[in-house]
Amino acid sequence: MKYWEKEIETMKRSDLEKLQLERLKKTVEIATHSPFYGKVFKENNISTDSIKSLEDLQRIPFTTKEDLRNNYPFGLAAISLEKAVRLHSSSGTTGNPTVILHSQKDLDEWANQVARCMYMVGLRDTDVFQNTSGYGMFTGGLGFQYGAERLGALTVPAAAGNSARQIKFIMDFGTTALHAIPSYATRLAEIFIEMGLNPRKDTKLTTLCIGAEPHSEEQRKRIEELLGVKAYNCFGMSEMNGPGVAFECTEQNGLHIWEDYVIVEIVDPETLLPVEDGEVGELVLTTINREAMPLFRYRTRDLTCFLPEDCPCGRTHRKIARLKGRSDDMIIVKGVNIFPIQIEKILMNFSELGMNYLITIDTIGNNDEILVEVELGDLCVDDYLELQALTKKVTHQLKDEILLTPVVKLVGKGSLPQSEGKAVRVKDLRKNH
Amino acid sequence: MTINQISIFLENKFGKLNEILSILSKENIRIIAATVADTSDYGILRIITSDQQKAYNLLKEKQVSANLSEVIAIEIDPSIGKFAETIELFTQAGIEIEYMYCFSVNHKAMLVLRTKNLETAFEVIRKNNMIIFNS
Repeated sequence: MKYWEKEIETMKRSDLEKLQLERLKKTVEIATHSPFYGKVFKENNISTDSIKSLEDLQRIPFTTKEDLRNNYPFGLAAISLEKAVRLHSSSGTTGNPTVILHSQKDLDEWANQVARCMYMVGLRDTDVFQNTSGYGMFTGGLGFQYGAERLGALTVPAAAGNSARQIKFIMDFGTTALHAIPSYATRLAEIFIEMGLNPRKDTKLTTLCIGAEPHSEEQRKRIEELLGVKAYNCFGMSEMNGPGVAFECTEQNGLHIWEDYVIVEIVDPETLLPVEDGEVGELVLTTINREAMPLFRYRTRDLTCFLPEDCPCGRTHRKIARLKGRSDDMIIVKGVNIFPIQIEKILMNFSELGMNYLITIDTIGNNDEILVEVELGDLCVDDYLELQALTKKVTHQLKDEILLTPVVKLVGKGSLPQSEGKAVRVKDLRKNH
Repeated sequence: MTINQISIFLENKFGKLNEILSILSKENIRIIAATVADTSDYGILRIITSDQQKAYNLLKEKQVSANLSEVIAIEIDPSIGKFAETIELFTQAGIEIEYMYCFSVNHKAMLVLRTKNLETAFEVIRKNNMIIFNS
């Protein structure tokens, strides 16, 4: 058995499109009950009956992250809160957080989606799956947990951090599969070696699910080489439940995006018109298998392209290329989403600091580091200790905001690019991108 | 009673010191005393010049991170033991010295010190008839 759900995974395109239309109509009906979409549908004369083909989806306006924020927390809920059983939320980095509600059915469907992905890369109920994601609001934790349990694997919710303990678990429990962000996977490999272990020989690891952080083909090969595993790229986002939206098959050449769960569009981020197959654009997704909080034509801001050719694995769901960046200025470091404006907001609160700053992300050893250089204003101290204290204070506040500890460096006035026009605020020098 | 010293934030980058000093020399400002410590990322260059206000305004114009701070400059006898004696007087009065440096002008030794406790410092100066330097 090669497929988790053979019928759906290998469905003829025409049948898959029929299923999509059916589900789209049903989702429109459900979403009419949400205050937000109720209004949008009314303004655009959209009803279940008016959706006659998949092309009719184009009549529904795009939904953006702003819409989610402006209607925080429950303005897009299509069911009553008593029917909702879980809530996930983003960190609320640049304003209100984005909130996604789930009904029990939604969670069941999501678990199935993740289980399908894991089965696709060869994981079975005989596997021991260790999840090194943060749990809590971060969907990589519970998302993989429920998916792996649905698959029937012995699931270890090790959660993030404490590498020595992670390695002890891998050794003691005979962990065969691991979910980790790519930078953490390489870090773990290093620690194995520091501990005098050879992860290729001394563990039972065969499979890694890597995602939540952009990474190159070279980095994947490195992880595979270091740990003696096959590593598969996974894609997800909390607005689309979380992990499981798209996943590589064993061909390791593009990610199948599950079209019985979402309708996929790729558009030019400027004109918002569809791009040609193979051309890079912004991924736009419509949920068609979710009831608590459906989203229509959600602009993910992730840039990718369709890989049009048929996949030798036999699955008919289309493939997208690994992510090629963002159409906004979000940067992802160690799996954490950061907007430069968050850093700016903190820096501008310090009267000691000037207006100019530069964020540099670089790979130091195997670790991605954030360097924040900021110009001083007028020097208001005449004291090394106070300058050091200032650096420390800025570092702490930034850490509280972006959840990662940056290296903060004070520089003299006028030594960074000026803020007029389009100043370069972010330099990404990471080798693995 | 105190004199103004200019403190300048100096990035640890090749040519930075030269850049600052040339701003001043081009305008015929004479540097009487200067000090900078070696640290890894940045230093504070502290200078006393022939025209502090003009120097400060020039640096502001050139967008240099700088400020004016008050320090005490006293003349000391360059003979053996006088330096130690002077510091001892301040220590006995419980004055904490944040930093200090020396220079010489017209063959006289000058001691510049920075303390938060200016009042007591001036008491010590008066009591012991020390000579204050005014630039």
